[in-house]
Amino acid sequence: MIEFKNISKKFGDKVVLDDVSHQMLTSKTNLIIGSSGSGKTVLQKCLVGLFEPDEGMIIYDGKDFTHMNEDERKLLRQQIGMLFQGSALFDSMTVEDNIKFPLDMFTKDSTPAKLKRVNEVLERVNLVGSNKKFPSEISGGMKKRVGIARAIVLNPKFLFCDEPNSGLDPQTSMLIDKLIYDITHEFKMTTIINTHDMNSVMEIGDNILYLKDGKKEWTGNSKDIIFSDNKNLNEFIFASEFLQDAKHMRMLEAGKKA
Amino acid sequence: MLKGMLSKPENTKLYWKELMHQCAEIGIGSLGIVAIISIFMGAVSALQTAYQITSPLISKMVIPQIIRDTVILEFAPTLICVVLAGVVGSKIASELGNMRVSEQIDALEIMGINTKTYLILPKIVAAIIMIPMLVIIAMVLGIYGGRLTVGASGIISTDTYDRGLMEQFTPYNVFFAMMKAYTFAFIISSIPAYFGYYVKGGSLEIGKNSTTSVVVSCIVVLIADYILAALLL
Repeated sequence: MIEFKNISKKFGDKVVLDDVSHQMLTSKTNLIIGSSGSGKTVLQKCLVGLFEPDEGMIIYDGKDFTHMNEDERKLLRQQIGMLFQGSALFDSMTVEDNIKFPLDMFTKDSTPAKLKRVNEVLERVNLVGSNKKFPSEISGGMKKRVGIARAIVLNPKFLFCDEPNSGLDPQTSMLIDKLIYDITHEFKMTTIINTHDMNSVMEIGDNILYLKDGKKEWTGNSKDIIFSDNKNLNEFIFASEFLQDAKHMRMLEAGKKA
Repeated sequence: MLKGMLSKPENTKLYWKELMHQCAEIGIGSLGIVAIISIFMGAVSALQTAYQITSPLISKMVIPQIIRDTVILEFAPTLICVVLAGVVGSKIASELGNMRVSEQIDALEIMGINTKTYLILPKIVAAIIMIPMLVIIAMVLGIYGGRLTVGASGIISTDTYDRGLMEQFTPYNVFFAMMKAYTFAFIISSIPAYFGYYVKGGSLEIGKNSTTSVVVSCIVVLIADYILAALLL
């Protein structure tokens, strides 16, 4: 579990995060949602240590991350996997080498053992046979899946995903969502996802944190969202008439079941 | 930045592999341009020196001596390093800048890798190993370029050129040139590494930082050239 308390962050005079506290649950897909500029990415970067919060505390499984020294952080980071918005694959390496890189760096396994593990994760993300391709030779959706494979190759306890569906078509987005959701539950990881994608919110939102102007505005899960009367949340999630209709349909269905 | 890169490597074997890769990139990758510039540098020096020695009282034997000393003292270390500041420096700055902008550096950081040690240190060490070697090659080829020219244009015979090279040779000049080469190697690798590693923005900023890094490196090389000459000669 990751818990953060009273996180605040400023860039110059601009307050990006203002006293945000929340718990990210184990074996759950924890979503951070909010409009552009609401502080989602900054919060995620604070959680992984790419930014230092001005105030507040971040706790990984009871250990205070904010006051760890560099060596302790390096050790913890080996339990963290991250999927970046642009995938952040190493251009000069093949798919296989990209995924093998963390194994080369942090394990003393033999080359056949490493390749076996690479093929296992490639199979898990449905990319069998793509070993020798370079990032420039594969599609955006495949890059995301290679990014996921690289993030999970060391069996991390914590998985961070920064807008995993950006730039993908709806069908591929659903595949990526399902993959992240399945992996989270299969490997009992604490997964934190930044997203704008309303489909992701509805399909895989086990634990949702909604940020508005750097402040915690609402928390709940995908079922709670339907019945929430938070005006800002409703304006953000159900921005279009189509989504408003979908909300009413869901409410009616829930009413019938009740 | 320099302090941050002096930490214990996470995996020595992988760092060694990266160092060898950088040695090949910087050394072998720049060999062609260094060879071409050096030969022409020596050839032009030979023609211009011969052109300026018009007095019958001055022996033609001084031509190879002038070529030798100018190539060893200035042309090989300084001119070649200014060229390498463009070739190697822009490559280092743009490579690191691209990695920063495309979040590859962040990806390495999150894996628990000290990116300064993994990405910058091998580049600086490779430059310090390979650039002095390129300077030695430039010295040899520059002097050889002069020999080819004096022989081909009939200024003096190649035998006379060879004998002239041996006269009044000061080995300290080679030591001085090597001191310059090591200093310039550090300058033309560390400055672009700084500009590339700390780039902010997108592809436009990578280009701007790359150009700035080359300009700053060249200026610092020339200032260091003056300081070393004042201190060591």
